[in-house]
Amino acid sequence: MSELIALKNISQKAADMVEEGRVHKALYSDPEIFEEELDKVFQNTWVFIGHESEVPEAGSFKTSFVGRHPVILSRDRKMNLHVLLNRCRHRGATVCEGRKGKTKAFTCPYHGWGYGLDGGLRAIPKAEEYEGVLDKNDLPLESLRHESYQGLVFATFKSDIEPLEDFLGGAKKWIDLFVKQGGGYPLKVLGEHRFNFPGNWKIQLENTTDAYHFPIIHKSFISSLDNATADIFDFLDGDGFVEDLGHGHSVMVMIPDLVDLEADLDQPIPERFEDLAQALRDEGQDEEQVKRLVRAAHGTGFNLNLFPNVSCSMAFFRVLRPVSVGVTEIQHVAIGGEGAPAPFNRKRMRLHEHFQGPMGFGTPDDGEAWERVQKGSMAGKDGWILVNRGMENLHTSPDGNVAGAVCSETGMRGAYQKYKQMMAAEGEK
Amino acid sequence: MAINTDLLNKATAFIWHEADLLDHKEYQEWLSLWDKNGLYIVPTDNNETDYENTLNLALDDADMRRMRVARLESGESVSASSVSGTVRMVSRVRILEETADYVVVRCAMTLNELRHGNLVSYPADLEYRLKPTADGFLIARKVVKLMHADGFLRTVSFIF
Repeated sequence: MSELIALKNISQKAADMVEEGRVHKALYSDPEIFEEELDKVFQNTWVFIGHESEVPEAGSFKTSFVGRHPVILSRDRKMNLHVLLNRCRHRGATVCEGRKGKTKAFTCPYHGWGYGLDGGLRAIPKAEEYEGVLDKNDLPLESLRHESYQGLVFATFKSDIEPLEDFLGGAKKWIDLFVKQGGGYPLKVLGEHRFNFPGNWKIQLENTTDAYHFPIIHKSFISSLDNATADIFDFLDGDGFVEDLGHGHSVMVMIPDLVDLEADLDQPIPERFEDLAQALRDEGQDEEQVKRLVRAAHGTGFNLNLFPNVSCSMAFFRVLRPVSVGVTEIQHVAIGGEGAPAPFNRKRMRLHEHFQGPMGFGTPDDGEAWERVQKGSMAGKDGWILVNRGMENLHTSPDGNVAGAVCSETGMRGAYQKYKQMMAAEGEK
Repeated sequence: MAINTDLLNKATAFIWHEADLLDHKEYQEWLSLWDKNGLYIVPTDNNETDYENTLNLALDDADMRRMRVARLESGESVSASSVSGTVRMVSRVRILEETADYVVVRCAMTLNELRHGNLVSYPADLEYRLKPTADGFLIARKVVKLMHADGFLRTVSFIF
């Protein structure tokens, strides 16, 4: 009983640490709050686990996580997707250790229990000792509810949760715009960068709706660009905005000209895309298609933050995973077009390498700032993180949402209000 | 088996020289070691061979190498300023192939980095394609195969 009371106090404590324009620094460093977040946030909502193009064929699989739970995303012979807990029903070993690949079955290495791509238990060695003890039909790999939108796959432990499309709500329009960067081809994952940083997951959550930091911390990246491109990234005084889309989601439009990649196709080819344009012409693409692909190659001019763990971030997916209160793993997933001309996908990957990943010109400086936020959060007995920027300069967007300036902290406030609501809820103990 | 120790010594001396330049951040001289068409590659998948059609951690042509160096030297990158230093050991050098145009060399490297008081170690296989010239070798290709290339790395603000 005393344990239950203690847990309840913690949740109330965490919820109280979120005010409208500030959050308490203990949210980054209190291990009890972290455990509570895994229960109340990550096990209680839709969590992004991958893109359908990562499991393209019957027998394809990839491993992922929902919070701290290892899961497998698999495609069976009828092309149906499954999200399975990566744990043998016998003695609990993981049945799949690869990052991705193709297989006919998931076989536990310990005692050889074999599961189908749909999770069904197919084979038990020396089954006679189980006669009258267990029925194979009762012991499939546990499966999670999952749904997809535009190829983005989400899974959840909360079986009675609202449909994914309701959860995404106002974000769907922006996902529709985001997938246009396939250049007329279906979106396809081209590879990913993986890195970790010694800091809390919410520091990353905030970052993708933080335009304010860009020209400061990423000065060395901007210096590496040609003048025209550097001007595009000089967006703080432009017409961009941040819009709270509800459910903790938000969109930050940095470059309004690049919201719809299928509009304004008659614009001239920028200098940094001349090599791509020429390579496409050399392949025999007509000028209209060249312009379409060059525009798509830019990526979108916005970051769409989906609470709690993925951002459709300009030209890639940025996926976070909370490892512990002070460690977070991040994937930068590069995307291109399935069946698109090779020079297009190559250019997309070269642009990704330029900024993203552990060796990009951008990420290491972000990582440095986040590490310092975590370190700084240990200073002093009491202290607050400000997320009140632009709070008095809000307007209503055409879609009827609260919106602020591009460098406002409107998106962070939206995410923290959702967090507060989830943390304050009574746990299902 | 016969080992061409003369060639092995020349290649090893060159690779040690490069390692010393990088640990001591003599990046401009490092740039001069490269053939103009050379590629500096850090793959995400060590079994991959088609680097141009794959996502890498880095795939630098001459322009990207110059920009990478400029970023590290600019004083604008806070993460580059936080690297206290690197010390790398290169050994186990073997000549894999020798033609009139190039020499392929494979060796082992362990790079240690100190940042914010934390030591991080990067074991890797290095594969060089060296082009002999009248003034010694030029690097036509350098592939850095980190042992944990497909794992969750720390961010990197130095040159392997």
